[in-house]
Amino acid sequence: MSMTVAEKILARAAGLPSVKAGDVVEPKVDLAMSHENAALVINQFLEIYKGTPLPSRIWDPSRVAVIFDHRVPAESPKTASNHKKVREFVGAQGVGKFHDIRGDVGGICHQILPENGYVRPGYVVVGTDSHTTSHGALGAFAFGIGATEMASVWALGSVLNVEVPTTIKVVVTGRFKKFVGPKDLILHLIGKLSAQGANFKVLEFHGETIRNMSTSGRLVLCNMAVEAGATAGIVPADEETARYLREEAGVTDPIEPVLPDPDAAYESVVEVKVSKLQPQIACPHTVDNVKPIDQVAGKKVNQIVIGSCTNGRLDDLAMAAKIMKGQKVAQGTRMLIFPASAKIFRQALGKGYVGVFMQAGAVVMNSGCGPCLGIHEGALGDGEVALSTTNRNFKGRMGNPNSEVYLCSPAVAAASAITGVITDPRKKQASQV
Amino acid sequence: MPNVVFKVGDDVSTDVIYPGRYMATVLPTETPQFAFADETAFNAKLKAKQVPPGSILVGGKNFGCGSSREQAVSCLKGHELIIVAHDFARIFLQNGINLGLRMIVCPDIDAAEGDELELMPEAVVNKTSGKQFKVDPMPKSRQIIIDAGGLIPYTRKRLLEKPVVA
Repeated sequence: MSMTVAEKILARAAGLPSVKAGDVVEPKVDLAMSHENAALVINQFLEIYKGTPLPSRIWDPSRVAVIFDHRVPAESPKTASNHKKVREFVGAQGVGKFHDIRGDVGGICHQILPENGYVRPGYVVVGTDSHTTSHGALGAFAFGIGATEMASVWALGSVLNVEVPTTIKVVVTGRFKKFVGPKDLILHLIGKLSAQGANFKVLEFHGETIRNMSTSGRLVLCNMAVEAGATAGIVPADEETARYLREEAGVTDPIEPVLPDPDAAYESVVEVKVSKLQPQIACPHTVDNVKPIDQVAGKKVNQIVIGSCTNGRLDDLAMAAKIMKGQKVAQGTRMLIFPASAKIFRQALGKGYVGVFMQAGAVVMNSGCGPCLGIHEGALGDGEVALSTTNRNFKGRMGNPNSEVYLCSPAVAAASAITGVITDPRKKQASQV
Repeated sequence: MPNVVFKVGDDVSTDVIYPGRYMATVLPTETPQFAFADETAFNAKLKAKQVPPGSILVGGKNFGCGSSREQAVSCLKGHELIIVAHDFARIFLQNGINLGLRMIVCPDIDAAEGDELELMPEAVVNKTSGKQFKVDPMPKSRQIIIDAGGLIPYTRKRLLEKPVVA
């Protein structure tokens, strides 16, 4: 029977010759990831064993990853105590893939997993974070779950009662114009589909634009697939996936791509041509409130943020540094930059980007989720406006319900930092690059 | 008969239901105080225990979109609210089932704050407006977890029945 990538991966993981959308299966999990919310997972995990004679042991600690990123270093005694509790638990259980608050191996979970080669094509990946969809960029079926669901996964090694989702085939063609890229594409697509358009479905990405895109760009697409409601985003693995895993993640064992059958059954096909795409901006307070930049250019911005699991990788920082070199952050605007991992931070130091940012007046912060979710640092004042390369602009997202967040690419964020207003990098740069 | 105590629109995110700045709080006994923390009037009513258990929150489409934070479910469950919405975002729906939050998918629901609703297995009747709205039943795969009392007892039973092989 013909299958999509999601169907093939779920069939294999459930030990079945084939599955189709709508079937209910119990896939085995190849990788189970949590961050600080492992503190809650632990509570629920121990609860499962209450009143049973069974020892509370994780089914396979080598398949569990725990990464501290949401509140690092701890902003409060409560967070520090949660970190401590998780640290002790993963030590006692022998969890192999634990990334503590460190300048060598730390970072944001959705960067740590790919850059360490923890995710492979064909894997079933679950994470207690909605942006777990990111890992579909490597040809895996990766989806977000809650803490109680993760407790069940830790106990069983499988996810109970998973309904095989339908798949939307997204075919992307054309070449991006200068200063337009994957972030603009995914914002445009979310605007087109709506915040609910892919609810309970998979977005499977195809087309020449995707084939020519780096893994970093594919991570942007899959990261934000969830903002259209998608269960997962998937880029079928190819030569670029193998190159990334070999050269950047140090993987040496065999890599086996899972490809869709040519006559797989898609729920629908969405075609996007990027040749004429402008930079895109998601306006407050929903990610699908997307406009081309010329409709919002000139809007005063108090805080620029570059970083996160969406756009905190080396190519994002390179783009920003290229635009910022020799420039200054506008008076009345502050700029916060947080690389997606400690490794990327060190690479950015080596390439001189960090110096460019600091000389321009930007504040470069340690790797972590930082200001994106308003927990930890970089909160907005009443009535303030942020322009950010992160993935969400919900009311209150950056810590203050009386503020606004606009989402954009690193190029738009950097160009706007210099002017203090939302700025099209193509216009800003005409005389400079 | 239960009343609608709060009504919200489409795409209400878990950042609105349970703001990120309270995420270090994880215990279901502590999260309810932060339910809709930035909707200050409603939050104050909840904290003052002016909302009787079994009251109804009416949501639009895609209720609970965004972050997978389970606090967004436990904070509502703590007040024993019932959520009647056009539909739910996937992770929120699953978290709600796992924790035993009562949720009703009612694609055409039309009700205002103060309206009295009768909740039946196949329909919601708005006693105030006199209109009746069809309910989408939960698929069997989810209903079975609800009937077990949530995912923890469901997993416990599974674990005792069938040993796990790594």
